[in-house]
Amino acid sequence: MWKEFVDYLTYELWNLEGHLGEAINFFIYDTIKIFFLLIVIIYIVSFLRSFFPVEKVRDYLSGKHKLIGHVSAAFFGMLTPFCSCSAIPLFLGFLQARIPLGVTFSYLISAPLSDAVVIALLFSLFGWKITLLYISFALLIAIVAGLIIGSMNLEKEVLIEVKPANSSSCCSQDTGSLFKARLKEAWEATLDIFKKIYPYVIIGIAIGAFIHGYVPAQAIAKYAGGDSWYAPILGVAMGIPMYSSAAGMIPLIEVLTSKGMLLGTALSFMMAVVALSFPEAMILKRVMSVKLISIFFGIVGSAILLVGYIFNALL
Amino acid sequence: MKIEILGTGCAKCKALEENVKKAVADAGVFAQVEKVEDLVEIMNYGVMNTPGLVINGEVKSTGKLLNTEEIKAFF
Repeated sequence: MWKEFVDYLTYELWNLEGHLGEAINFFIYDTIKIFFLLIVIIYIVSFLRSFFPVEKVRDYLSGKHKLIGHVSAAFFGMLTPFCSCSAIPLFLGFLQARIPLGVTFSYLISAPLSDAVVIALLFSLFGWKITLLYISFALLIAIVAGLIIGSMNLEKEVLIEVKPANSSSCCSQDTGSLFKARLKEAWEATLDIFKKIYPYVIIGIAIGAFIHGYVPAQAIAKYAGGDSWYAPILGVAMGIPMYSSAAGMIPLIEVLTSKGMLLGTALSFMMAVVALSFPEAMILKRVMSVKLISIFFGIVGSAILLVGYIFNALL
Repeated sequence: MKIEILGTGCAKCKALEENVKKAVADAGVFAQVEKVEDLVEIMNYGVMNTPGLVINGEVKSTGKLLNTEEIKAFF
């Protein structure tokens, strides 16, 4: 409904036309739409998440039988907040609670991929069918990759000596019970997360706006779209060196697919950007050997590639 | 009173350190304020969500950027 307003603004009031007009129109429209969606979704998700503090997850996962452990870890990745600066303490904390390396990885892989905010955004922009498919694949990748890594006996590749400890003496936050406190916390978390990701979102939308206005569909189809067999490979290869918050990627995906890129390729690209990033690897290097990181990236990268092909074939 | 801020260097951790220093100054208490960035030590406190706030060896809060009022409440 605000589209009319934005159209009026760009085409009549400012009198823009052609490619520039298209690009700016898209930029304003999409920014409003995405910002609004983000705030609502992050708030709801943060509120729900307050019921699943990481300490509880860790306590639940330790001691679970292997397959159940992996599946639960992948599911919990969806529910708990994941800040990449906490990735290492979290990783170590899990190992300390004697959660097996493979299960810990299932969590680590699932968390950024199936982050609830991403899922909610996907749902509002692409519908439930695609979202459901995406979730299933993200979980599958997390579980399988975790299982594979777990079976490779790589425990010694963790550089820090992890002394097993029982569930931490720590308290969990006492906000626990009070409903009103949860609402307030959720709002604070929303502002916090929003502040962190909005630069990526704006950049994503800006790039999307540029492509929307200036890049003809044929160009996309030629290089990365359509049935070219190498499209997903290109997508994953381009995605690895890049990092963006998943929320920033989704507007870009929207535009790319509307210009003819196959959804599988686009999603592979997004997953590669989100789940495999050089910045994250640099951080992880502090606690994992290069070998472990490479194996991690290799397995997840291949899984993402596979999913890309499957999506392209299915949809 | 010994206050430790646990964090690996993200912006929130630095902000928490600032808030702690302000809270200590405001409340006029005598406290030793230390930033802990060593992963092993953070791990030993069982903290998984940085930043963490530890007072006299007890973990008081994790994952939250507390404002000066909230920090003072712990004194």
